[in-house]
Amino acid sequence: MARQEAKKDVVIVGLGWTGAIMGIELAQEGLEIVALERGHDQNTVPNFQYPNMIDELKYGVRLKMMQKPSQQTVTVRRNEGETALPYRSLGSFLPGNGVGGAGTHWNGLNWRPQAEEMRLRSYIAENWGEQIIPEDMTIGDYPVTYDELEPFFARFERVAGISGTAGNIKGELREGGNPFEGWRSEDYPMPAMPSTWDGVKFAEAAKAAGYHPFPSPGGIASRAYVNEYGMQMGPCNHCGFCERYGCFQYSKSSPQTAILDRLKQYPNFSYRTESEVLRVEMAADGKTATGVTYFDEKAGEEVFQPADIVILATYQLNNVHLMLLSGIGQPYDARTGEGVTGKNYGYQMNGGVTMFFKDEHFNPFIGTGANGFCIDDFGMNNIDYGAEGFIGGAYWRSGQTNGQPIRSMPLPSGTPTWGAGWKRAVGEWYGHAMSIGAHGSCMSYATNHLDLDPTYTDRHGRPLMRMTFNWNANDIRQTQFMKSKMEPLAQSMNPDLMQSSFKKEGAQYDVRPYQTTHNTGGHIMSATPDTGAVNRYSQAWDKHNVFALGAGNFVQNTQYNPTGLVGGLAYWTAHAIRTQYLSNPRPLV
Amino acid sequence: MKMKILGGAVAVAAIGAGIWAWTTLDTSRNAVADDTVRLADFTSTDAKAVKRGEYVMRAADCSACHTKGNGEFAGGYEMPTPFGTLVSSNITTDVDSGIGAMTERDFFDAVRHGQGSKGLLYPAMPYTAYAKLTDQDMHDLWAFMSTVEPVAHKIDETAGMPFPFNIRLAMLGWDMLFFQNKGFEATASDEVLKRGEYLVEGAGHCSACHTPRNALGAEIASQHLEGSRVGAWFAPEITGNAHLGLGASGADEVAAYLGTGTDGKAMATGPMAEAVEHSLQYLTEDDRLAMAAYLKSLPGSGATAPEPMTGLERGALAYEVNCSACHGTAGEGMGLLAPAFAGNHGILADDVTNLAHVMLKGARAAATDVTPTSAGMPSFAWKMDDRQIADVLDYIRNSWGNAAAPVRAEDIGALRGELDAGAPLR
Amino acid sequence: MTDLPGFPSRRSFLKASAAGVAISGFALAATAQPAPPIQLDQYQPVFFTDAEWAFVLAATARLIPSDGDGPGAIEAGVPVFIDRELTGDFGTAVDWYMQGPHNAAADPLLGWQTPLTPAQIYREAIPAVNAWCEQTHGAIFADLAPDQQDTVLTAMQEGEVELAPEIRDFFKILLQNTKEGYFADPIYGGNAGMAAWAYIGFPGARAAYKEWVGRHNIAYPLGPVSISGDRA
Repeated sequence: MARQEAKKDVVIVGLGWTGAIMGIELAQEGLEIVALERGHDQNTVPNFQYPNMIDELKYGVRLKMMQKPSQQTVTVRRNEGETALPYRSLGSFLPGNGVGGAGTHWNGLNWRPQAEEMRLRSYIAENWGEQIIPEDMTIGDYPVTYDELEPFFARFERVAGISGTAGNIKGELREGGNPFEGWRSEDYPMPAMPSTWDGVKFAEAAKAAGYHPFPSPGGIASRAYVNEYGMQMGPCNHCGFCERYGCFQYSKSSPQTAILDRLKQYPNFSYRTESEVLRVEMAADGKTATGVTYFDEKAGEEVFQPADIVILATYQLNNVHLMLLSGIGQPYDARTGEGVTGKNYGYQMNGGVTMFFKDEHFNPFIGTGANGFCIDDFGMNNIDYGAEGFIGGAYWRSGQTNGQPIRSMPLPSGTPTWGAGWKRAVGEWYGHAMSIGAHGSCMSYATNHLDLDPTYTDRHGRPLMRMTFNWNANDIRQTQFMKSKMEPLAQSMNPDLMQSSFKKEGAQYDVRPYQTTHNTGGHIMSATPDTGAVNRYSQAWDKHNVFALGAGNFVQNTQYNPTGLVGGLAYWTAHAIRTQYLSNPRPLV
Repeated sequence: MKMKILGGAVAVAAIGAGIWAWTTLDTSRNAVADDTVRLADFTSTDAKAVKRGEYVMRAADCSACHTKGNGEFAGGYEMPTPFGTLVSSNITTDVDSGIGAMTERDFFDAVRHGQGSKGLLYPAMPYTAYAKLTDQDMHDLWAFMSTVEPVAHKIDETAGMPFPFNIRLAMLGWDMLFFQNKGFEATASDEVLKRGEYLVEGAGHCSACHTPRNALGAEIASQHLEGSRVGAWFAPEITGNAHLGLGASGADEVAAYLGTGTDGKAMATGPMAEAVEHSLQYLTEDDRLAMAAYLKSLPGSGATAPEPMTGLERGALAYEVNCSACHGTAGEGMGLLAPAFAGNHGILADDVTNLAHVMLKGARAAATDVTPTSAGMPSFAWKMDDRQIADVLDYIRNSWGNAAAPVRAEDIGALRGELDAGAPLR
Repeated sequence: MTDLPGFPSRRSFLKASAAGVAISGFALAATAQPAPPIQLDQYQPVFFTDAEWAFVLAATARLIPSDGDGPGAIEAGVPVFIDRELTGDFGTAVDWYMQGPHNAAADPLLGWQTPLTPAQIYREAIPAVNAWCEQTHGAIFADLAPDQQDTVLTAMQEGEVELAPEIRDFFKILLQNTKEGYFADPIYGGNAGMAAWAYIGFPGARAAYKEWVGRHNIAYPLGPVSISGDRA
């Protein structure tokens, strides 16, 4: 029999970005809140402190900040015909673990989606006709618009402390910013970070080619900063240990630097770590949740935590898993297209060019996760889908994030991978290479989805979630298009050597090399209950006191890093709960 | 701020016997207080008085010492002293375990004269400073205390005090020698300075830590607020002295420090961070400015800067490797998150206990309403030996315009032992 | 490529020993006192048997040879690093999902599917490779001439040394671990004296480059420091 805890107004599952945002926003309403975090507690000191954090092997290679597959993982197959096998050791994507979640170990790249991406199906229909959308491409419109979300994007940017240069303030284009971005009500909270040499070289070449370079927008403090909660950030010193690491000097925006110390001051908020939620419990009528059951690692027992409101704020994959296990939303059936939970799993289609300059010094260890310059000239709203034969786009960026030698050792193709030739090459080329990356869209398809695995279980006996995912020809055409545009630009920079890495037709999904931790969809937002798991306020269509936050809401992934949209949606949902739901709990749509 | 018992109560016991001094025990000025109604039987309905009283409670920092995991004001905070461990009392309205049976007069006697319901109080309770609280502030404090929820939690305050220090009467002799039994009399005529003096010398009881004590544990009046070792910390000089004190800082900077734990240069940690968190952040900016103005008006020790040390290459290298990432290559610090060393007079005292303490054990800044982040400093005990720590402290104390006396590796070693900080890895 | 005012010229950087220029602006003789590197011949392996140790010494010595510029795997202490890693979280795969059923012969793109831990793979693969060497070259790997060893390693990398599916990734793991031991912080037993970092110009745990972001196309002059505070 599970132990039972005293009832709370709100239980939050997962204490990363969205859990922390919901925690502090609802704590301000005076609600009694408990957050349950699967992983350990962690804070800048002692967990991310200098110099212990500056350890590539431990964190960059052995991934000690990440979710442990032994505790939680998925199975993966590329198509319905394949037997899914467990994602036993981490590779392709790296969900976080512990307080702060992925928000502690991200790179800091913070983007808003384009307005066009938020209403993609309509945008295509208006410009080219819906017939150009392939039959198995299940893209749609978000049931909330860019204009509605704008104040919440701005709010998240102020809280997180984002550095950047605005390109469009209330419709007025600004020199030096991204002219293709959605309108902003205000400039970034902090000026852009200075760039290293690679970013500047790229920006100069891009400008000469007629493109529109602008500094990368990032959750990295370019100066001392205090946000609305009083939380402080210190100016970054470009240590080159952002992604996969916690920031040792309060410079990278994270739940720790932006929210948690303030949140912990609320007497009506508490959190329990090493408390893994196993399922959401339902009332007898099935219309509402009564709370959650979790495994208390320290006590070694299951605990029922009753609550009036259940907020699912875990990583996208784990949110969908919990919903499938708890019967929230009808599971998606890829054969019939019916059902909602597990639908429209999305990822990211990236590629890039590496250039070698034997006489130039890049000092690759100087960097941040959001370093350098970008262009958006090949973004979603700049591509003629009808003419180019694909739906998608990418932003490009050049800016070194780290020079950690185990992981970041670009060598000219053809270099031996070991022996005297390899050793000579690392001495010759380390610090003499730069790259440009295309960070591209990945559409939603009927064939890419999530459900429960029939074979593999976790340590609690729950079925693992099964991911069915493979690259699609549409997105490969997108990345090949980027290749055709990027190689000439790279060539214009006159490198001694250069090489490309873009997926080719027929490429199969490979779980081994790291690609990106931008897993999206699965509990997508929808305008009607039969097309998605949650409504425009992230509220479960069939359980009105359950709210599921995060990138699981994405109808289709955007061409950008997801955090800006995740944060904006979290504030949007918090606002809806505060202003509409608390006074009259009900389905909000 | 919590470890205030210092020096020799041993002698006190002997001296205490036999002598009588009326003035020491005279509480007649407390006759203004009601002596009929028990605290437990009364809850003030004067909201303004309660609010004012809460402010007095904050200024006097009552909750810091009288709260420890058993409920607000339910006591239980352990204060290690050279004579054993004292435990703070339950001051909730509970009749049996708290002060619910006290009348207002009893309360005045305890707070202003150290005469409690169980006998004389130990001067860990800073009644020597609270003696200066005005009748009005005392009435308000009483009103506030009446609103505190009763918590039944029995405390044996002297259980950790061996004989003879557990004999409360021993405090009589100490009181006769050192207790100035009189109310507040301002030394300045300026209203701001008067207010500052009242807060600093009364409720704020700053001197409890910042004034050195004699062998009997009494403050040395001639070195008032000129800095003192307090346990494993050093409460620095806070007078107007420009080298070691506050003379080089503006009153606004000092007030900012009191309110948030940092003026953007120095940062409070350890017991001072607790004082900021529990007490000073709740004061009005005007009161903090008044305290700053008063402190800066004190002439202080007359300390002057020595010739800066030279030959600091070892320390410079250690600084570059270990410290510069956060504190900056020019000792400029990192905003509100890591203290600056350039121009930081709080690091220049001969006593380097604070600097050594944070090197050995790490540190955390105050978490206030304005500055909730509470930035941390990691411990370096595991990677730097005593000589390296002394070298790096010499470097920061003698660079960027700073000048201070050499740091002795033996002192680092002694503190390493005292703090049980562990030896470096190799 | 002009030098910035107040900063030593590039030329003087190149002349000075890497550690010779401190940020505080005065030049110093190198005062580095790094921890003495572990002597391989005095090291008692914790995980490896004598036969396995001989293989790992020989194999890593070819994967990153000692001749030419920069340290080899042996001078860097790579075998010590691998020995230690295999007894730790990595070797025992504690963080990984290791429940069955296993399909070790699955498409490699689906990742780690062998039931074995990395430590078990070393244990099973080394005798298998030695057996192949004896069969093909008449001696175990450690006893072959360096060029023969290179031939064997190449054959392993190309999949020409038949290994059971459970241990088919052995070469990849060995090569990856070798590079890890070469470039990881010295606290893990490899990268002795930070010589591999010094060789390529990685400053290790310095982690403070505010003044350097804007200094474009100028080689960073300072040598590496380690987590434990050593300089090289």
